[in-house]
Amino acid sequence: MSQNLQLFSADTFAATEAEAQRLSIANDADPREAELSGIRVVELHFPKFSDGRAFSQAFLLRRRLGFTGEIRATGDVLIDQLVQMQRSGFSQAVLRADQNLAHGEALLKHYPAFYQGDAVHTAPHFAKAA
Amino acid sequence: MYQYSDFDRQFVHLRAAQYRDQLTRWQAGTLGDDEFKPLRLQNGWYVQRFAPMLRVAVPYGEISAPQLRVLAKIARDFDHKEENDVSKANAGLSEVPTLPDRCGHFTTRQNVQYNWIPLSRSADVMDLLASVGLHGIQTSGNCIRNITTDALAGIAIDEVADPRPFAEILRQWSTLHPEFAFLPRKFKVAITGAREDRAATPWHDVGLRLLRNVDGDLGFQVRVGGGMGRTPIIGSVIREFLPWNQILNYLEAVVRAYNRFGRRDNIYKARIKILVKAEGQAFTDQVEAEYRDILEKDGAPHTISQAELDRVSAFFVPPQLNCDRKSADAKIAHILKAAAEDDLEFSRWLQQNVKPHQNPDLRAVTLSFKRFGQAPGDATAEQLERAAELAERFSAGEARVTHEQNLLLPWVRCDQLPELWREARRLGLAKPNIGLLTDMIACPGGDFCDLANARSLPLAQAILGRYKDLDELHDLGEIDLHISGCINSCGHHHSGHIGILGVDKDGQEWYQVTLGGSDGTRLSGDATPGKVIGPSFAASEVPDVIEALLDTYRAQRTGQETFVNTLRRTGADPFKTAANAVRTSTARAAA
Repeated sequence: MSQNLQLFSADTFAATEAEAQRLSIANDADPREAELSGIRVVELHFPKFSDGRAFSQAFLLRRRLGFTGEIRATGDVLIDQLVQMQRSGFSQAVLRADQNLAHGEALLKHYPAFYQGDAVHTAPHFAKAA
Repeated sequence: MYQYSDFDRQFVHLRAAQYRDQLTRWQAGTLGDDEFKPLRLQNGWYVQRFAPMLRVAVPYGEISAPQLRVLAKIARDFDHKEENDVSKANAGLSEVPTLPDRCGHFTTRQNVQYNWIPLSRSADVMDLLASVGLHGIQTSGNCIRNITTDALAGIAIDEVADPRPFAEILRQWSTLHPEFAFLPRKFKVAITGAREDRAATPWHDVGLRLLRNVDGDLGFQVRVGGGMGRTPIIGSVIREFLPWNQILNYLEAVVRAYNRFGRRDNIYKARIKILVKAEGQAFTDQVEAEYRDILEKDGAPHTISQAELDRVSAFFVPPQLNCDRKSADAKIAHILKAAAEDDLEFSRWLQQNVKPHQNPDLRAVTLSFKRFGQAPGDATAEQLERAAELAERFSAGEARVTHEQNLLLPWVRCDQLPELWREARRLGLAKPNIGLLTDMIACPGGDFCDLANARSLPLAQAILGRYKDLDELHDLGEIDLHISGCINSCGHHHSGHIGILGVDKDGQEWYQVTLGGSDGTRLSGDATPGKVIGPSFAASEVPDVIEALLDTYRAQRTGQETFVNTLRRTGADPFKTAANAVRTSTARAAA
C-alpha cells in the first residue's frame, strides 16, 4: 500500500500550523458539527489505542465532508494501528514516545491491498478487480 | 465451496507474517502485554486458565478435507497439555490428567478451538493454517467476528436463496475493516436463507434473513441488537426489506453508528443490544440517516455488483453428483433387513442424522460428536483425519461445522448411505442422536475457561452417561439442552428448552436451570430466553433435576407432543415442583 501517512515522534514533534488553524475535536463529538473554515489541521485524539471512535470521525471528515487539510492522530498512537489510521483518512500520526517510527514505516507497507473500500481507496477490491 | 484467489491466499499469508512480527516484538519486550493483547485476540489467541485458546475461523462453517487434515495435524503436533504449566491450581475442578488434549473443538459459531497451544508456538501454527487458507482473523476481540449461517445452506429444501455467496462477500468486507477493528465490544453476524432459521439469527448482533418481496426481488430482513450474556435480548427488525446489493452499505451504517455511540465505559453494557434497547427508534433513525448519506454523499461505494455476486456464486455451484435412486433404495432396504440390530440403528440414523437435500439423489448427513467419553464437540486428531477421509469419499471433499457443534457432510449420494453409516459407526461418529437430548450444546466451561463459574464438561458427561439408551432418547424426542459455565452464555443456555447456567456461590459450583428458551426454530417457537425455575442447584443434583424434568414431560405429554410444547401448554409449575423435589444439598441455598 502506498504511504500517505506522515509519522512523527511525540518527543520531537512540533506543529507548524498556527494555533488558530488547528482544531481538536473531542472523541465523542460529531465532526460534521465542527466549524472547519480556516482550519488546516484537525486533531483527533486516541485516549487509548483500543478506543476506535476516532477512526469513524476521520472517515466522516475525509470522505463525507471532503476535508482536505491534515487529519492528525494524537494520544495513544501505536505503530500497529497505523494502517487503520491511514485507511480511515488520517494524514499525520504523532506516535507515542516509546514507539519505533522506522518499524511503523515498514508496517504501513505490509499489505499491498485490502478487501473493502475505505476513506482513501473508496472502491472495494472486487470493483477494482472487475 | 469458495476457492481462494491469489489475492485471498496472499492476504492470509501476510496476516500470518504480520502476527509473527507482533509476537516477536512481544517476546522481545518491545510490545507490551496490553498492546499485544488485542492483536493476538484478533488472530484468535485468547489466554485461558492454563494456556491460550486458539480459535480458528471457519467462514460460515465450510471446511475442506485438506483443511480438516491441517486441523488434525495441529491437534496432534501442537495441542499438548504437557507443554504448559499445569501446576497453576485447578482447586475444586477436574483433575488435570482428565482434561482432553490433542483435539479440536467445534464451536456454536462454526469455528474450531484448541486449548493447549503455547503462545511460543502460535506463529508456527498460523503459518501452518495459512498453508490451507485458514487463519484466526477476528475470531476474538472487539471486532466483526466470523459470519455464521445455516449448516444446510445451499442444500436445504426450504431455502429461499443460498446465503453462502453473501456470507463470503460479508467475510471479505469485514476482514480487516480499518474503521471497525476497535468497536466497543464484539460483533456477531448470522445469515439464513431458509424459511426455517437454523442459524439462531435473532440472537445475533445482526441477524440477516434472505427473502423475496411481493415483486419477487431478493433482499434481507435486518435484525439488530440480539445477544445473550447477562442481558438476553432478541434482535429488533430495523428493516423489513433491504435490496441484496445494498447489504454492505447498510451494515456499514449499522456498525458506524455502533462504533460512534456504543458504550465504552462498562464492558457489560457495551454490546450493540444495549444501545438499540436504550435508543429504540432513535437508533434506527440514526442508521437510516447514515445509510442515506452513504448512498447519496459517498456514492454507495459498497454496492455489490451483479458481476461480483455472479463471480462469488460460481464457487457455490453444487457438485455434479447423482445416483440411481432405485438401487439406492434397494441397498438401504437390504441393510434394514440384514440384521435386526442394524435395522434399528440404521433406521434411527436415517431418521435423525440424515436430512433431505435440494438434489433428490443426495442427502445431508451429520456426524455426531456428542458421545459418552468425549466432550461435546471435541474431535481428536485421529477423528479429524478420518472425518477428512469421509468428506473425500462421500461428500465431494467438503464438510461443515454446525452451530450444534457437529460436522455435517453436505453432498452424500443416497446409494452411499449404508457405506457411510458403517464407516461412521466404526469411528464412533454415527450415534443417531442429532436433535435429541444428548446432542447438547456446551461450552468448555470451568475446566478451561477463566471466566467460567462452574464446569460444563462433567455435567455433559453425566447426562451422556445417563441417557445412553437410544429407545429412551428417541422416546424423549427433540429437546434442546444447552449448558453454559457462566453468564457469558457461550453454551447458549438462554435458548435451550432446558438451559443450565453455572453460577458461583462462595467458591462452589452451582447451576441455575431455565426452561422454555428458544433459538427461533419452528420446533422451539419465536426466539426467547428461558425462565429460571428457582434457586440454583448443586452440581451433584443437576442430573437428577434433568431426569425429573424429563419424567414430568413424559407424564404430562399428550400424543406426539414435544417437550417444549408440553412445557408451553402446562406452564412451568409441574416441572418446577418435580425439580424442587430432588433438591438435597440445595435446601440451605434456597433458604
